[in-house]
Amino acid sequence: MLSDKDRIFTNLYGFLDRGLAGAQARGDWSNTRELLAKGRDWIIEEMKGSGLRGRGGAGFPTGLKWSFMPKQEAPGRPHYLVINADEGEPGTCKDRDIIRNDPHKLVEGALLASFAMGSHCCYLYIRGEFYREAQALQAAIDEAYAAGLIGRNACGSGWDFDFYIHRGAGAYICGEETALINSIEGRKGQPRLKPPFPAGVGLWGCPTTVNNVESIAVTPEILRRGGAWFAALGRPKNSGIKVFCISGHVNNPCNVEEEMGIPLRELIERHAGGVRGGWDNLLAVIPGGSSVPVLPKEICDHVLMDFDSLRDVRSGLGTAAVIVMDKSTDIVRAIARLSRFYTHESCGQCTPCREGTGWMWRMMERMVTGDADLAEIDVLEEVSRQIEGHTICALGDAAAWPVQGLIRHFRPELERRIKQRQSVRVAAQAA
Amino acid sequence: MPKLTIDGIEIEVEPGTTVLQAAEQLGIEIPRFCYHERLSIAGNCRMCLVEVAPGPPKPVASCAMPTADGMIVKTDSPMVRKARKGVMEFILINHPLDCPTCDQGGECDLQDQAMLYGCDRGRFHEEKRGVQDKDFGPLIKNFMTRCILCTRCVRFATEVCGVPDVGAIGRGEHTEITTYLDRALASELSGNLVDLCPVGALTNKPYAFSARSWELRRTESIDVLDAMGCNIRIDTRGSQVMRVLPRVNEDVNEEWISDKSRHACDGLLRQRLDTPYVRRDGQLRPASWAEAFAAIAGRVKGLPGGRIAAIAGDQADCESMVALKDLMTALGSDNLECRQDGARVDPSVRASYLFNSTLAGIEAADALLIIGANPRWEAPVLNARIRKRYLTGKLKTGVVGPRIHLTYRYDHLGEGPAALKEVAAGRHPFFEVMKHAQRPMLILGMGALTRADGGVVLGEACKLAYAAGLIKPDWNGFNVLHTAAARVGGLDLGFVPGRGRGLADLLADAGTGAIEVVYLLGADEMDMTRLGKAFVIYQGHHGDAGAQRADVVLPGAAYTEKDATYVNTEGRVQNTRMATFPPGEAREDWKIVRALSEVLGHRLPFDTLAQVRSRLVQVNPVFAGGEVTHAAWGAFGESGTLDPAPFLSPIQNFYMTDPISRASATMAECTRVFIMAREAQGTGTHG
Amino acid sequence: MTEHANHQNGVEPATFAFAPDYLRQAEQFIAKYPPGRQASAVMPLLDLAQRQHGWLPRAAIDTVASMLEMPPIRVQEVATFYSMYVHHPVGEHHVQVCTNLPCWLRGSDEVVRACHDVLGVDPGSTTADGKFTVAEVECAGACVNAPVVQIGDDYYEDLDYETTKKILEALKRGEKPQPGSQTGRQCSCPAGGPTTLKKVAPATGGA
Repeated sequence: MLSDKDRIFTNLYGFLDRGLAGAQARGDWSNTRELLAKGRDWIIEEMKGSGLRGRGGAGFPTGLKWSFMPKQEAPGRPHYLVINADEGEPGTCKDRDIIRNDPHKLVEGALLASFAMGSHCCYLYIRGEFYREAQALQAAIDEAYAAGLIGRNACGSGWDFDFYIHRGAGAYICGEETALINSIEGRKGQPRLKPPFPAGVGLWGCPTTVNNVESIAVTPEILRRGGAWFAALGRPKNSGIKVFCISGHVNNPCNVEEEMGIPLRELIERHAGGVRGGWDNLLAVIPGGSSVPVLPKEICDHVLMDFDSLRDVRSGLGTAAVIVMDKSTDIVRAIARLSRFYTHESCGQCTPCREGTGWMWRMMERMVTGDADLAEIDVLEEVSRQIEGHTICALGDAAAWPVQGLIRHFRPELERRIKQRQSVRVAAQAA
Repeated sequence: MPKLTIDGIEIEVEPGTTVLQAAEQLGIEIPRFCYHERLSIAGNCRMCLVEVAPGPPKPVASCAMPTADGMIVKTDSPMVRKARKGVMEFILINHPLDCPTCDQGGECDLQDQAMLYGCDRGRFHEEKRGVQDKDFGPLIKNFMTRCILCTRCVRFATEVCGVPDVGAIGRGEHTEITTYLDRALASELSGNLVDLCPVGALTNKPYAFSARSWELRRTESIDVLDAMGCNIRIDTRGSQVMRVLPRVNEDVNEEWISDKSRHACDGLLRQRLDTPYVRRDGQLRPASWAEAFAAIAGRVKGLPGGRIAAIAGDQADCESMVALKDLMTALGSDNLECRQDGARVDPSVRASYLFNSTLAGIEAADALLIIGANPRWEAPVLNARIRKRYLTGKLKTGVVGPRIHLTYRYDHLGEGPAALKEVAAGRHPFFEVMKHAQRPMLILGMGALTRADGGVVLGEACKLAYAAGLIKPDWNGFNVLHTAAARVGGLDLGFVPGRGRGLADLLADAGTGAIEVVYLLGADEMDMTRLGKAFVIYQGHHGDAGAQRADVVLPGAAYTEKDATYVNTEGRVQNTRMATFPPGEAREDWKIVRALSEVLGHRLPFDTLAQVRSRLVQVNPVFAGGEVTHAAWGAFGESGTLDPAPFLSPIQNFYMTDPISRASATMAECTRVFIMAREAQGTGTHG
Repeated sequence: MTEHANHQNGVEPATFAFAPDYLRQAEQFIAKYPPGRQASAVMPLLDLAQRQHGWLPRAAIDTVASMLEMPPIRVQEVATFYSMYVHHPVGEHHVQVCTNLPCWLRGSDEVVRACHDVLGVDPGSTTADGKFTVAEVECAGACVNAPVVQIGDDYYEDLDYETTKKILEALKRGEKPQPGSQTGRQCSCPAGGPTTLKKVAPATGGA
């Protein structure tokens, strides 16, 4: 278990003062000016050295991403940092706690990251439903401006830095970075084609980096303690610490900051009070938010919670949102509910996702009742493969994987329902 | 220059070329629905997926993928075929299988691709989605359940039309294409949406359910409803023109035509002159050709040539004009006029009446001054070219004339000649814009030239061209935008009065009786009351203003009914082709003049089209055709006082400008929807 | 789907204008973006219009379009893309029940049932008095406090049938129930108290 001294989010639950004074008491903003004085290259190198992989789900190395930004600002093309707080992946609610309870880590991180990428301006895109959270963050921003920590000559560093909040209005797809950029520009939140990538052509056509809230919020602590400290935690290529969200059939659902690579079972039992009815009552876990394939209990028994371990069992760490389902769960209905979600959230831009998500959902609804043909399990699988990898953005993949995971691990259950339904029908016809 | 391999063939392409374009250069066709070479890239249909190495092991959309050095592309691998089959299945699950009753059937991209990538049976057992139809106006029929959401229509309306009123509203599977508030799309180019739609969602409304594409005979021709000379295809069944479509000509119209060019064709069936008429007892009565000719001969024979005049209208072809000119010369008359609107263009300097920069040249321009023209109504496709250049951000435009919505931003310098004079004298800031431009141009419209002081306006424009450096060794930025398809041809063959006279002089003589006979070759857009008591011969195809005034009517052929030569506003010589025969007794126009010449005792020396055309070349070598050549520059225009009145476009209703469009029920409906209703609301774009 | 709720009183006003303090806020939003990028303010302005009017009428789309120099169809595209914009009247209390997986696992069906029992309507409908609109929404992003309901701008968390009923009844009486966890725990802290940083956190974790 991660020791308390290595925790970054020391006010995750908001027991302590969320304001600037409280944050400073916990070490935030303590030597920001000195960190800035070490220069852009130093910051990026420390971030690279920390091994931090993006906390929004894709796990791309953060320092490397920052290094893609142009070194010099071209005339009329300012650089932008955009922070993704469009948290909406079912199971995931970590950024919400950072924003409302530890907002100064985020504001300070935004300054450091922006400086490292030559940006004087950061937009944070927060989902529209998080109205109170946006208010809390705005209060922190206002405090930081008033204290001279951001704004003109931020922290006395000579660097000007502005921080704005942009509220969304209800669209999961805006969590995709280019959809998010479109949304800030005042368009529908539909993903853009890549290339070009945002580091070249992003917000208003300017070089832009989009980072998750958590990735930015851990930055000040990494820079303070050094990249090596962070890299020493967890496992190689899966280093550091992470806020996990544990929801579903556990005794004490919660968010908790833990070391990467913690065994799933330990995570659940130590922090979430264990599976409802005991570990043996576990049916399955979705380990990284709704987009990643479900894992049956036998894999959950041993799997470690990091990018590579979960990839090895054909699932993923995603946002580290652990959705626990005990044996009372109608697993088919559970996945069907996710299929409905993806249908609702498909932006409608590209064919496979727009047409395929709805088709999958409707088939899944029939799978719930068994009102299907056995051969349709393969059709369902094939439809998911026809979406996967063929869409503009990853929502298509995200919609396909839960269904694929279900078929991979629970095919007998699907077959049982279909056969049962057929036998009922035969009996009814005979009667 | 990236070098890549596509299906085993190596190719070197310009930087910035996409994989799809590179494949096209090799003749490898990649299926697509959303991609269109004249629109921005959407990449949404996913039909053009190809396999690209190096890269992740999944197919990429070739329409949006830039080529890179060393790339290896496979356009027909098992992965690609599987991916496309999957996409096709997705497109089809919610597409109605109503090809038998769909007007797109037979010329449908989806139908064609489904033959290659479709499955012979469906696996989709859910309920199909239905989408409510919308109102796109009198020209576009829609059946939105067929829509595959490629968004070509959205992009076309936004980018090419500059009328961003089409959008995709809603989200996910509830996304729908609509016009704003379900209102008719108020663009003069809207008909092109139908060509762009790859399925049967948007179809040609006036043509609905009237023919199948395979029943139609196609004739490649030229449009004459404005002076651009847009290249068209005329689709006929039997003796009827069923529809008009654009043909690609990069130098002229790219692949667009205006709604009038496309949809006025029903006017070809109405109010046609299909037999000669002779006025007896104040009434026009049907007559035979012999009777009509005899009536003319009775009035003309023995009359001194100076008492006869001929005026050619806006759709007169060069063959009939040269024939009539030769006949008039033989009769001893030099009272010829091809400028029925009185435009003060100078026939002696060809460069003074041409669009010298060429239509395609607009795309090189970096400064543009529009003087007394409304290109949006006078030549919508040309206007789209200006907008295209504007969208690159490299064109700065100024306007002298009424403040109208041209679909691009411009500086409004003033309403009338005073502003022009200011610029020409170098006193207006826009002069500096032009002066410092690499490729500055001006467009002088009929709104400036048809005034009594048109010659002085022309002189000012000429002065400006010199002063602002519009004339360079490799660039001529002086442009006249004509509204009449016949005009440049008429000027080229000298269908103008001798002795420096003009239309006003001819009309004055007609009013006093000094001119006793007036031959109107399809001239309808002039004030017939000014012909006084003259004996009027009208040769043309519609019972319009000219025929009503006439004493003898000779039924001629519309542009779809003859092989004829027209010279467009940039001086490009092009030919129409006979797609149907003229109705009834009507005949090709030059043949009528030729036949009449015999009756009048001045038999013209040509019996075949080839002979008439050699006569044209003899009169002016430009008729030999070929590429548009630079016209020699020289001083022109008059000096004098300018009337302070504002410039006004001669076109007050885009949809009705000539006998054909005035006879068209479709154009009447467009007038009702787009002109009258909007004027009543006071929200018209041209007020 | 939530879109097709009750259309009663769905009278489209002929015009829409921002009230002075809304207009002032709108100008502040526009100022957040670089010059020429005012279209970026379309979402906040639509939100403001909706807050002022209760829902988003067509006329507001025109008003926002002209304020931001956008083609109205582009504004309509935005207004119909995002699910928080509503195009018909909704109740004073917009009760948005999350029924996505994490909430469903912890009893969102019971929350829907409580809405039905207290208000007499199912998701997608408005009560006859126009006071409550119940809607089913996708993941609210408070999954470890499931099941959750968003009412107006506030989240009510850790619900069950009884607590949902209590909240709705309080609203009916015109009271404002305390948002947040209804089991009394602090934010996302495990019930029974934190498992980390116990030294710094007061041991008042939960019920």
